[in-house]
Amino acid sequence: MAEQDKPTAEQPNRRDFLYLATGAFAAVGVANVVWPLVHQMNPDASVKALASIEVDLSSVETGQSITVTWRGKPVFIRRRTEAEITEARAVAVTDLPDPQGDAERVQKDEWLVMVGICTHLGCVPLGQSGDFNGWFCPCHGSHYDTSGRIRKGPAPKNLEVPAYEFVNDTRIKIG
Amino acid sequence: MSGESTYNPGTGFTQWLDTRLPILRLAHDSFVDYPTPKNLNYWWTFGGILTFCLVTQIITGIILAMHYTPHVDFAFNSVEHIMRDVNYGWLIRYIHANGASMFFIAVYIHMFRGLYYGSYKAPREVLWILGVVIYLLMMAAAFMGYVLPWGQMSLWGATVITNLFGAIPLIGENIAIWLWGGYSVDNPTLNRFFSLHYLIPFLIFGVVILHIWALHVPGNNNPTGISVKSKQDTVPFHPYYTVKDGFALSLFLILFSYFIFFAPNVLGHADNYIQANPLVTPAHIVPEWYLLPFYAILRAVPDKLGGVALMFGAIFVLFLLPWLDTSKVRSARYRPLFRQFYVLFILDCLLLGYLGAQPAEGIYIVLARIGTIYYFAHFLVVLPVLGLVEKPKAIPESISEPVLAAKPAE
Repeated sequence: MAEQDKPTAEQPNRRDFLYLATGAFAAVGVANVVWPLVHQMNPDASVKALASIEVDLSSVETGQSITVTWRGKPVFIRRRTEAEITEARAVAVTDLPDPQGDAERVQKDEWLVMVGICTHLGCVPLGQSGDFNGWFCPCHGSHYDTSGRIRKGPAPKNLEVPAYEFVNDTRIKIG
Repeated sequence: MSGESTYNPGTGFTQWLDTRLPILRLAHDSFVDYPTPKNLNYWWTFGGILTFCLVTQIITGIILAMHYTPHVDFAFNSVEHIMRDVNYGWLIRYIHANGASMFFIAVYIHMFRGLYYGSYKAPREVLWILGVVIYLLMMAAAFMGYVLPWGQMSLWGATVITNLFGAIPLIGENIAIWLWGGYSVDNPTLNRFFSLHYLIPFLIFGVVILHIWALHVPGNNNPTGISVKSKQDTVPFHPYYTVKDGFALSLFLILFSYFIFFAPNVLGHADNYIQANPLVTPAHIVPEWYLLPFYAILRAVPDKLGGVALMFGAIFVLFLLPWLDTSKVRSARYRPLFRQFYVLFILDCLLLGYLGAQPAEGIYIVLARIGTIYYFAHFLVVLPVLGLVEKPKAIPESISEPVLAAKPAE
């Protein structure tokens, strides 16, 4: 073997280069094969196609709620009473576990739109119950207020407000 | 302990086979002339019972899959179709559903046997770890199987458990969506759970083979915890333990049959006879009885990530058990203090099981917190300290000695 071919820590030889290059190439190849096998479990095109819905709100009176299904989950749409709005705004935001003002959670004061999935472990909370006159999750005892914010119990976050917009005064598009 | 093979092929065919694939020799040395400690008691029969449970679940499961439809629109009705229309479908489904509970009864007895007699200690650490792996796989299989009938408890149990992964910081939500194949537990979830539920029993079967292999290297532990010292300490597996295991299995089957024929739904939940409805959560979600202690631990913690971490930690700590127990004495027979803590630990597990079925409020939460703390203290404080301070009783010279001493003089 020629003197310059002997590998040392400072002076790797061509064979070391070939090993590394082959290994790296194989690793990239394996990753490329594994990714489709993993990614096939993510939401498919038909699931994503159902990602937005329109809802007619004209029949909902003040103090009433409706529940619609969006992406397989319930969405609560509540036309809140004056008392509920006042109550939601009277709380000092800094006292909340997940601080968020009521105004940040609604587009029109009257209409509260949120995903009806407890942020703890995914149960559907019951409306107009619990210690804060909002929602109460019977599974593990989380209490939400009239703005859907977590006030007491194991849930870490406020009920999620989905992306939505008012198409006109009585119609909204969720998603 | 695996000594010289005593297999002696009798016929021309078995001689021919033995030089090509010595499978009969392997079976003979493993299950016929396998030297087994002569003092094993009935707590040692649950290994055989568990093998029976696994085979039963695989056979009945394959049959059920011939009649079941893994689709949200048809799953619930196809289960009712099995119950009402398929010949003996009710029997096969009740065997499978109650078989899961029987499997867990047996595995818990088997595990507590190991805890009492120190079967996890050197040189059986790998044997114990493989057992914990089987236990984890069993829980995964049982959980996914419970989702398949697509009743209310199926859907909401699956929702709660898959949301556990959402507690992982940063990537948790993406993992949950990946598991669901959507934005909630829905048809893609049911479909993949069916696929995995069919797969896992065969994984268990594979790990069981490793478990038996790891058992046959050091050989069985025994009620004295003393290693086998001579041939006088052992008897051949067949006929001594095939008969003993067979008798225990017969008794076990009486219990099994009682549930199948007289109380097939006692261990289930009435809400699972209501078809899954993603808009209504049952007032009180409870997992199957065998997962209740872990559910109690999950709910004892007022923090989502903390609760999930402790619940998985409660299982993970079992992997570390061989190194947490500092006592060199295996059997609790010679450990007077450990025996008392062992009883306390069983009571604690039963308490947590009871609390897991109660609503998460008031005194139940307080008790669940105490129970959770004690559960971890048993492994992380009691076992390490006990080995250092406890003075064990005198240990006999050999397995034979206490047996001969107990015999009245003739």
